[in-house]
Amino acid sequence: MSKQMTLEVTEVEPLTALVTRFRFEHPEKAPLPIFSGGAHVVVEMPDGEMLRCNAYSLISDPNDASGYEIAVRREDAGRGGSRYMHSEVTPGSKMRISVPTNLFALDPRARKHVLIAGGIGITPFLSHLHQLDLLQQPFELHYAARSRDEAAGLKLLPKSARIHAHISEEGNRMDLGEILTGQPIGTHVYVCGPEGLISAVLDAAARHGWPKGALHFEAFASPPPGKPFTVTLAKSGRMIEVSASQSLLEALEAAEVEIDWSCRGGACGRCETKVAACDGQIEHNDHWLSRDERAEQKKIMPCMSRFTGDALVLDL
Amino acid sequence: MTLQFNDETFRGDYSYFNTERAIKRLPFPFDRDEYMYSVNIEAHPGGPKGSPFEFRFDVDEHYISEMKDRAITLDDDPLRCQSLPHMELAGWDLLEIIMVSKAEDYPDLFTLHRDGNRWHWINRPLGIEQRFTFLDPTTLPCGPMEYITRQTQGDFALLHERDGNLWMDAGMVTSQADWSLDFDIGMNFFEWHAPVPKAKQMGVFDKALKFLLAMQQGQSYRRLNWTMTVNPRLDTSPENYHKWGPEKRTITPENVGRKQHLRIELQSFWRLPRSNAIAFPIRCYLACLEDICTQPKWGRRLHRVLRDIDPTLAEYKGFAVNQETIVNYLSQFDDGAPTSPGIFPDA
Repeated sequence: MSKQMTLEVTEVEPLTALVTRFRFEHPEKAPLPIFSGGAHVVVEMPDGEMLRCNAYSLISDPNDASGYEIAVRREDAGRGGSRYMHSEVTPGSKMRISVPTNLFALDPRARKHVLIAGGIGITPFLSHLHQLDLLQQPFELHYAARSRDEAAGLKLLPKSARIHAHISEEGNRMDLGEILTGQPIGTHVYVCGPEGLISAVLDAAARHGWPKGALHFEAFASPPPGKPFTVTLAKSGRMIEVSASQSLLEALEAAEVEIDWSCRGGACGRCETKVAACDGQIEHNDHWLSRDERAEQKKIMPCMSRFTGDALVLDL
Repeated sequence: MTLQFNDETFRGDYSYFNTERAIKRLPFPFDRDEYMYSVNIEAHPGGPKGSPFEFRFDVDEHYISEMKDRAITLDDDPLRCQSLPHMELAGWDLLEIIMVSKAEDYPDLFTLHRDGNRWHWINRPLGIEQRFTFLDPTTLPCGPMEYITRQTQGDFALLHERDGNLWMDAGMVTSQADWSLDFDIGMNFFEWHAPVPKAKQMGVFDKALKFLLAMQQGQSYRRLNWTMTVNPRLDTSPENYHKWGPEKRTITPENVGRKQHLRIELQSFWRLPRSNAIAFPIRCYLACLEDICTQPKWGRRLHRVLRDIDPTLAEYKGFAVNQETIVNYLSQFDDGAPTSPGIFPDA
C-alpha cells in the first residue's frame, strides 16, 4: 500500500476516439513529489460500491512538480476502470492518487537506449524521454500503432529524428530484426505494449544474441474481467465471491481482508499470496511468478489472476 | 537550542567524549535483555523531541569533529569515496534530500535558498557558503555525493536497483564497522552481506531485500545495529586494521570502562525520487561502557545481552577476545532487577 494524495483534475483532453489525457494538480497548487522516468501512479476510482484502483504510467516531465499527467485508453471490455475515467472524471474532480513508483526505470549504465512502444504502451516512454534529455544519453524510440487516428502518441511525442512512428495501416510496420541488429554494444532495449509485441521483441532479441540483462519490459495490463468465482480464506474459513468485473484483489479489499499491494498489474510481487489448496485451474495473468511456480499452483497474484474450478483456498 | 560542538579526536589521543546530554539521547540498540537478528525496521523520522530519531539527519555535538576526521581519512585514502558513473543523479538526489532536510530541521545551522536550479547553501558550523547550479557538477568543488557527505555525519551507500536486486554502486565510507567500500563497490545485496553469519539461513536477507525493493519515495525507514569498538575510533576499516586491530589487546579490567565502546549504527533507508536509487545512511554513535552505565537500565541490560550472546555473534562483532573482561565489568551494574521494555532510559 502506498502513500496517497488527493489531487484535482485540471485538464481532460481527448487525444483520439479512445485515449484521453488527464492532468492532476494539488488543490492548493502545492508542489507534487518529482519522480523518475517510467514511474506510475495508482488512481483510486470510487465506482458505485466498488473501489477500483488502476495503475497508470506518468507521461509528464518527472522534474515538473506542478502536476501529473496520464493518458488512459478506454477498454470497453475491461472491468470498468478506464470507462470510469472516461465517463465520470471531469475538470474539478478530486481523486486519490498514490505517490509515484517505478518498476520500469531506465538502466543508466546503458550506452544507448532503444525504446519500443506499441499502442498505449507509449505512455511510460513519454516520461523516459524527459529523463534521457536530462541525462543527455543517446536513444531511439520506435512507436507502432495501427492507424494514425488511433495513434495517441503522435500528439504527445516531440518531433525528433530519433523518434520513429510505424503506422501499420500505411504499410510502415515495425521491423524488429532491423531495430535489434547493428546497435552498439552496451545498448539496452525497453518494450511496453501488448503481450504480442513484448514477446516478439524478447524472442527477436534472444535470436540476435542480446544479453538478458539488457532487456526490459512492462506490460501495461490491468486485471482482465472473467467469470465469477469463489475463494475460501484458510484462517477464518470465510468465503469471498469475486464478481465478473472485479479482480481477486479488489474482492479481498471489499471484504476488508488485509493484503499488501503496489503495482496492481502483476509486476511488483507485493500481493503474492500462498495457495493452501487448489482444485481447479488458476489463470495466472501476472509477470511475477515463474513458469514452474505457475504450474505448481501454490501461489497466486490476486491483483491480476483468476480461477476456474471447484475450490481455491488462500493462505490468508 | 543552540548546539555546542565538542573539540575532540577519533584517533591518536582519542579525546572524544559525550556530554551528559549526548549520553541520555543515545539510540541504545537493545529493546530487551537479549539479542538476535531481526528485520527491526520502523518508520523514520519520528521519535521523542531531542532524540536522534526526531529529524531526518541527526546533527549532534560531534558534528564538526566527525567531519574533520572524515577529511583526514579521505586525504589518506581517496577510495573511501567512490561513485560509479551512472550514480551521479543519485548523488544529486542525496544532496537535495540532505540540504532540504537540514535547512528545515536546523534553521539556525543550515540555510538553503533555491531559485529554480540556482541554489545557495550555507553551512554555519563548518563555515561553508556555496552557490551552485543544481544538476551541474561543474559548479561544485567535487561530485554532489562527496560534496554533501563531507558535511554530513555517518557513512552513506547509494544502491542502484536493477534485475530485482540492489547494487552498491556509490558510497562515502569512513566510519565503518570493519567493511570496505572499495571491496564491496559494484556488489549486489547478497554479495556484500555474505560475511554476516547465521542471517542468511534465517532468511533475513530475502525479507530485507523484498522490503527495500518495495520502498517508495516519501516513506523512509530506520533500524539500529551495533558492534563493539576499542577506543572511540570512527575509521575501523579493513584498510587500517593494522592500526586499530592490535588495540583490542590493550583492554584490562582497569581501563575497560573507558576504552571499550558500544558502537551503535542508526541506519536509514530512503527511496530517491529522480534516480529511483536507494540511499542507505549509516550513522555511528560511540559510547564507552562508563557512559552507558550512567543509565541504570542500560547497564543492567547491556550486561545481560553481552553475557548471553550467541558465541558466533561475539566473534563476528569482534569482541570475543574481551568478552569476559567486559561482562565482568558490567556485572557490577546488574543487580538482577527487571528492566522496562523499549530502548529509552528510565526517567
